[in-house]
Amino acid sequence: MKAVLLIALFCFCSHLVPGRTIEVGATKSVKLIKAALSQSANGDTIVVFEGIYKEGNIIIDKEITLLGVNFPVLDGQKKFEILSIKASYVTVSGFKVQRSGFATLEDPGGIKVFNSRNVTIANNILDDNFFAIYLQHCSNCIIKNNRITAYGVEEQQIGNGIHCWKNDSLQITGNTITGHRDGIYFEFVTNSIIWRNISKGNIRYGLHFMFSNNDAYISNVFKNNGAGVAVMFTQKVKMYNNSFTENWGDAAYGLFLKEISDSYIYGNKFTKNTEGIHMEGTSRIKVERNIFSANGWGMKIQASCMENEVVSNNFIGNTFDISTNGSLVLNTFNKNYWDKYEGYDLNRDKIGDVPYHPLSLFSVIVENNPPAMLLFRSFMVTLLDKSEKIIPSLTPDNFVDNTPLMHSLKL
Amino acid sequence: MIEINALSKNFGKLKVLNNVHLTCNKGECIALIGPNGCGKTTLIKSILGMVIPTGGTIKFQGNFITTNHAYRNHIGYMPQIGRYPDNMTIGQIIEMVKEIRKSDSFLDEDLMQAFDLKNLINKRMSTLSGGTTQKVSAILAFLFNPDVLILDEPTAGLDPLASELLKEKIILEKKKGKLILITSHLLSELDDLITQIIFMQDGTVKFHKTVEDLKLTTGEERISKAIAKILKEQKQ
Amino acid sequence: MNRIIKFIVLDILKNKIVLVYTLILAILSWSVFSLEDNSTKGLLTLLNVILLIVPLVSVVFSAIYIYNSSEFIELLLSQPIKRAKIWRSLFLGLSLSLLLSFFIGCGIPILFYAPINVGIMMLMVGLFTTLVFVSIAFFSSIMTRDKAKGIGIAIMLWLFFGLLFDGLVLFLLFQLSDYPIEKMMVAITAFNPIDLARILILLHLDVSAMMGYTGAIFKDFFGTTLGISVAFFILFLWVLIPFWISLIKFKKKDL
Repeated sequence: MKAVLLIALFCFCSHLVPGRTIEVGATKSVKLIKAALSQSANGDTIVVFEGIYKEGNIIIDKEITLLGVNFPVLDGQKKFEILSIKASYVTVSGFKVQRSGFATLEDPGGIKVFNSRNVTIANNILDDNFFAIYLQHCSNCIIKNNRITAYGVEEQQIGNGIHCWKNDSLQITGNTITGHRDGIYFEFVTNSIIWRNISKGNIRYGLHFMFSNNDAYISNVFKNNGAGVAVMFTQKVKMYNNSFTENWGDAAYGLFLKEISDSYIYGNKFTKNTEGIHMEGTSRIKVERNIFSANGWGMKIQASCMENEVVSNNFIGNTFDISTNGSLVLNTFNKNYWDKYEGYDLNRDKIGDVPYHPLSLFSVIVENNPPAMLLFRSFMVTLLDKSEKIIPSLTPDNFVDNTPLMHSLKL
Repeated sequence: MIEINALSKNFGKLKVLNNVHLTCNKGECIALIGPNGCGKTTLIKSILGMVIPTGGTIKFQGNFITTNHAYRNHIGYMPQIGRYPDNMTIGQIIEMVKEIRKSDSFLDEDLMQAFDLKNLINKRMSTLSGGTTQKVSAILAFLFNPDVLILDEPTAGLDPLASELLKEKIILEKKKGKLILITSHLLSELDDLITQIIFMQDGTVKFHKTVEDLKLTTGEERISKAIAKILKEQKQ
Repeated sequence: MNRIIKFIVLDILKNKIVLVYTLILAILSWSVFSLEDNSTKGLLTLLNVILLIVPLVSVVFSAIYIYNSSEFIELLLSQPIKRAKIWRSLFLGLSLSLLLSFFIGCGIPILFYAPINVGIMMLMVGLFTTLVFVSIAFFSSIMTRDKAKGIGIAIMLWLFFGLLFDGLVLFLLFQLSDYPIEKMMVAITAFNPIDLARILILLHLDVSAMMGYTGAIFKDFFGTTLGISVAFFILFLWVLIPFWISLIKFKKKDL
């Protein structure tokens, strides 16, 4: 029994006790990373010094730590996948990984991780890669503080910034992603967290999220992406404290929700998006304490949505606060602040005494007859809208906030 | 100096001027007379370019007036009823016209002194009586020492004293060899002024004669009687 | 030319109505900006001012002023001045004073409070609507000698452009909703200076909505430098053409 314990302890410690350190560099005895790798054993650390390394595809199949000093450059010459990690407990940190091969069949990446656990990729610069960081069938991995840049022009010609497929328990933290197809791509990823990343100026989505249950994304910034953020076919997602900004264009959304259920959207900021949140076939989502400001449409809630709650949000300076495409309303609105609300508060409980109908007649007209947008803010339309507000006849009258706030929430 | 050739003007269907031929020369003082609505004012306004003729031409010193507005530099015009911007003062109006004319020649302020308007100079036009307004019109007409004076009912509305002063001024200008064109109903007033008479009726010139000629043919001493006689003859 | 304009401008600036107009614009603008906690709402209120009040005051005041200056015009006509010059001076004089009123009343607060790009667009558009409706006033007052009729025409034109036109367009939209009429709609706006002005501002004020599918058609046209230039050129034509027609008529007018 004692011997067994001892062996177990020994095995455990083999991960803790640092192994050898191999130095790689032009002035060192080992000139190539590949050479260092072949010399190394599990638990070793390879330190790579400044320089340009054009070694084609580097495969890491041992549990090693790969550290860069002053960002040595790993150049894929537009031909190779640069780093392929095929072992667990690997750390890659401090490299500049650039110019991976471009191909649409094998999806070459700057750093690609296959079927591994506990891999850490931190503090790297990834520049001009097809896919920057690619994880498949991994778990308990950390992707942290990487700066990822690409120069994609067309959706088909570029891969994703951080691409995660069939993973579990990932932490994606503090990365900056620009110019890829999707900033962060999640498909079949569970129990993971995306925290404090900045995803801006990507061609398609800032964050693309499908079939990924029980995840959370918190305090990220999604700015000026082609179509904003898409969360689809998923349950139990928590979206807290993110900022969705300047996602502009035809079919561009701050947040696009499709077939989502049992999720929680709390404390986010939706600013200057064509549509703040677009909901299709969503159910049992709570939208609470968010700020919707200066959007074209604060929220578009299609008639296929049900049992969603919109509670205690600020709607400020949106062209239209809410829009929908049908007359069926199965969602509730409560205690929101609407800057277009013109009611009064006689009993001074800070809740307006008159219910507010956030759906303007004109937004319904525009939904059915898009060119009518041309007449927006004309005197005629303002007149129509005002009369509709007083006596709703064409808009569904259960589309209503019965407890509109008189003052905006401090969020 | 002024040649009018086949001038006609229609206001809608109404023919106000019908084939008018006239020639007026330097040094003449012409009375333009005729019953109300005979086209006197329209003729004058045509000469001034305020009414655009339907047909015919007007030449001023040999040039067609339609092509060149500068000829109005040589004309002083006193309208029948002077209409001025209400909230300008006499002084401002005179100043403005002076500025517009940019006249370098010496300003003839005789009438200004004669009418003694200096102390009314800051009065707004809207507060003035009809007579005072006429005085302003007269001053403006003579101010720039023009070669041609066109006076539309100059003495109407003026008190006898002012009217006498104006007449003196007209005589003075006549002596300087200017062309003076006067319309008036009061023929008696014109006796000692005019050298020629144009009589208009229904838009046409009935006759254009010198005063001597007129007096000679009719044997009358007074112009008014002479004209009356001619009219009677025509009726018969 | 300058002297006549000077006289007209001074005359108009002495006029109490213009002073009151300036004052009302100023009170309105300063108050909407300082009362509302976000400047967007203030801008929306000002948008209505620019699209309705500014044209109304411009057109009615100008029409009345033109009729009231008939004496002045007559006085000038007996002087050695070209007719066209008199009419042009009157136009420039009126325009300058109303532009000045608008600039002092609305322009300064706009520049002070509004975001710079929206502000400048609003200012430009406001100045242009002023010019367009002064021009329309010239057009309507040359149409008839009758002052009441002329002012009536001016007000009717304002009503048409401000209200009825949009009603007609809305009606047309519903009638033709099955056809792809977006591009036609862009063309139709050219026939209404107020619509043109509104859309130019809209593109800045509701930029997020205008980036969507619906707005994209307009954004694609009016959002580009070329589109904006074309729009302003059309507005310029709206200034030029009514005045030009009135000028031709004035040259032939008997006074």
